[in-house]
Amino acid sequence: MDQFLQHVINALSLGSIYALIALGYTMVFGVLQLINFAHGEIYMLGAFTGMYTIRWLRLEEHPGIGSLIIALIAAMAASATAGFIIERLAYRPLRKSPRINLLITAVGVSLFLQYSGQLVFGSDPQFFPTGILELEGYNWSYGDLVIEPMQIVALVLALILMFVLQYIIFRTRLGRAMRAVSFNHDFASLMGIPTNQIISATFMLGSALAGAAGVLVGLIYPKIDPLMGTMPGLKAFVAAVLGGIGNVTGAVLGAFTLGLAEEFLVGYWVPTYRDALAFGILILILLFKPSGLLGVHRAEKV
Amino acid sequence: MLNHENTSSSDAAGAKLEGSVDGSLVLRIKDVSVHYGMVQALHNVSFDVPRGKIVTLVGANGAGKTTMLRAISGLVRVSHGVIEHRGEVISTSQPHEIVRRRICQSPEGRGIFLNLSVEENLDLGAWAAPDKLSYKINLERGFEMFPRLKERRRQNAGTLSGGEQQMLAIARALMGQPEVLLLDEPSLGLAPQIIEKIFEIVQQINRDGMTILLVEQNALQALGIAHHGVVLETGRVVLQGPSRELLASDEVRKAYLGE
Repeated sequence: MDQFLQHVINALSLGSIYALIALGYTMVFGVLQLINFAHGEIYMLGAFTGMYTIRWLRLEEHPGIGSLIIALIAAMAASATAGFIIERLAYRPLRKSPRINLLITAVGVSLFLQYSGQLVFGSDPQFFPTGILELEGYNWSYGDLVIEPMQIVALVLALILMFVLQYIIFRTRLGRAMRAVSFNHDFASLMGIPTNQIISATFMLGSALAGAAGVLVGLIYPKIDPLMGTMPGLKAFVAAVLGGIGNVTGAVLGAFTLGLAEEFLVGYWVPTYRDALAFGILILILLFKPSGLLGVHRAEKV
Repeated sequence: MLNHENTSSSDAAGAKLEGSVDGSLVLRIKDVSVHYGMVQALHNVSFDVPRGKIVTLVGANGAGKTTMLRAISGLVRVSHGVIEHRGEVISTSQPHEIVRRRICQSPEGRGIFLNLSVEENLDLGAWAAPDKLSYKINLERGFEMFPRLKERRRQNAGTLSGGEQQMLAIARALMGQPEVLLLDEPSLGLAPQIIEKIFEIVQQINRDGMTILLVEQNALQALGIAHHGVVLETGRVVLQGPSRELLASDEVRKAYLGE
């Protein structure tokens, strides 16, 4: 029983990280029908920005939730800026070209950022300063069950961000415009909505969440390197497809499902297949329900 | 007088181009061509939309009617000629800038956001409205015009019937307090009684002072309510003039009314 609960807790914290990244994939897909393969690198940038912010501002000398929030905000701002620039320079000029050109460009941007990261940050792994939160002595354990406070902090912050995003999308003018643009660019611009600005805003929002995920991952798995975005990026992509790409709620659902599946595979069966599982799920979902768990084929009425 | 474009286009165009800014003209289409890649969809189209009138653009499928509306709204670029709003060139503007001039379009297929609620659709119609205070008044007017929409305001717009969606499209366009309303085939796919009702409403809002550019395949009905008609054929204006005269002309009766 304890072991089972342990896996659930691990799965939730892992799932919440996947969810933050998957949301960006699904939002960008919503407005541009583009799989932004550079999204994992935006998450990596978030982790590094968080690390450098903590180092340069010596936030470790003032550990606490306030310092963590400063690092989070810095990471989210940097990632949002990166998302904005990438869309502006790489994707916007190709808006009217065939979809495949955009996709290849996205892969190119991803590689560019990975290797630029190695150039700028160095290719050796660095340690994320987890001392930003003083959590020694806060380890709760009940029998075999160990709750890492970092996991709880990450889970709570991730959930807060998801609720904020949900609020923005479904309750604000910007969110309404984003949903309109994701339905149809032309229709949206006929409402007077500046579609390019809304697309930029969508990239920035999605990228900010990935940046936050970078910092939260740094807290739980403190080894960060410029290639760290590849695997979580791909897995979050799978999570987004699993939930129904373009569907915000689906991305969260897909992410937690993937987190649970991975954790239980590792815990009860064959740990080696951890990274293969996501792609197995991708193949199955594409074969049997390509629209994903919550995706619907859009009914088009004439 | 009926203006036969293929015989007298040069004189007519010349006269129009010299005309100074005329307050009675809301839109002026001057010698407009549009290309989709190698295909030319509009060939030197010219016509005017006078204030307070209903102008209808009729013609068969593929004649370029929708392309003309898309060009006015800035969704396609004109490759030649200009489109003017109150004497100012708008054919280089972005679509959202054109909406800010209160040139609003209810597009082909109605352009309803099926993933949004009825009320959210109406809210979006007021996105660029110059006067946020009159939001409530416009909303009430829309609901008064189409009580069905009020009943269903919280429903997803995707659950509405075709007729209701067309009502929503018109109500939404009115939320932007348009100076000119561009309507693309409002009768498409609707039952005859509903078409009747939609045309009545178009006339109603015109009587209240709104300028309307109506695109229709249903030439007889459209010319019946319009003041002026423009007949398009494979991207060219073949005939234009007061709709009463168009309706009486043999060519129109033969080609478009099946007589």
